[in-house]
Amino acid sequence: MSDAETTYVREVEIPNKAGLHARPVMQFVDLASRFKSQVVVINVTRAGGERVDGKSAMQMMLLEATKGCTLRIATDGPDAQAAADALAELVCHGFGVHPESASE
Amino acid sequence: MKLSELIHGPSIIADLQATDRNGVIRELTESLAEHGAIQQEHVETVVRATIAREKSGSTGFGKGVAVPHVKHACVEKMVATIGRSSHGVDFAALDRSPVYTVVMLLSPQDAQDDHLAAMEKVFRCLQRETYRRFLRQSETREAIVDLISEVDDAPSS
Repeated sequence: MSDAETTYVREVEIPNKAGLHARPVMQFVDLASRFKSQVVVINVTRAGGERVDGKSAMQMMLLEATKGCTLRIATDGPDAQAAADALAELVCHGFGVHPESASE
Repeated sequence: MKLSELIHGPSIIADLQATDRNGVIRELTESLAEHGAIQQEHVETVVRATIAREKSGSTGFGKGVAVPHVKHACVEKMVATIGRSSHGVDFAALDRSPVYTVVMLLSPQDAQDDHLAAMEKVFRCLQRETYRRFLRQSETREAIVDLISEVDDAPSS
């Protein structure tokens, strides 16, 4: 751990109707894995929301993040700020909104 | 929701014959119909929709596990089944590894939240290395059914 490493925290609401289902999870993990920083995600809307690894698709599915839930994305490492911003933006924009994501 | 209530025991296949993704999806869908979990007339629709879903993004979550799924109007009640492949199937998984355990999940069209709850239940089990290993080693349908009851009875992690 160097002194340059910092933790960033962003909170974002799930905007899309289908919630954080498989395809958005894959997009999230794919993006998170491009950063060196550790990524921890919590669904703060659920009581006792557990901390999961934002780079693990299986763990991300445990968040059960339905539309309207708030995710706390905490990043820690050399590119923490860029990671937190990019991931928050992905969630905010509804994961690029697939045309069929409502019916999937 | 219990895993044993979600997973339709009679349609579980302990030794998948199909060796490719689309074949596995068809084999599991036909088993669900054969054992009365879905209507026979919906088999083609479900197979097509599930493959289309898979093409829009793999459900191979890594570590030998895939969860092909679809939300469709022809599905009346959420239902899932499990297929075990001894040879491994290419699902274009996240980690490129072959898939040995396939959990197929069918949900009604507008069951967004129930669908996520079911996925949570499935991955609560599959994220554990022990359960993945047991599933992969289960050579009979009964062994898989037993394992699911065991998961339900185990204290949640």
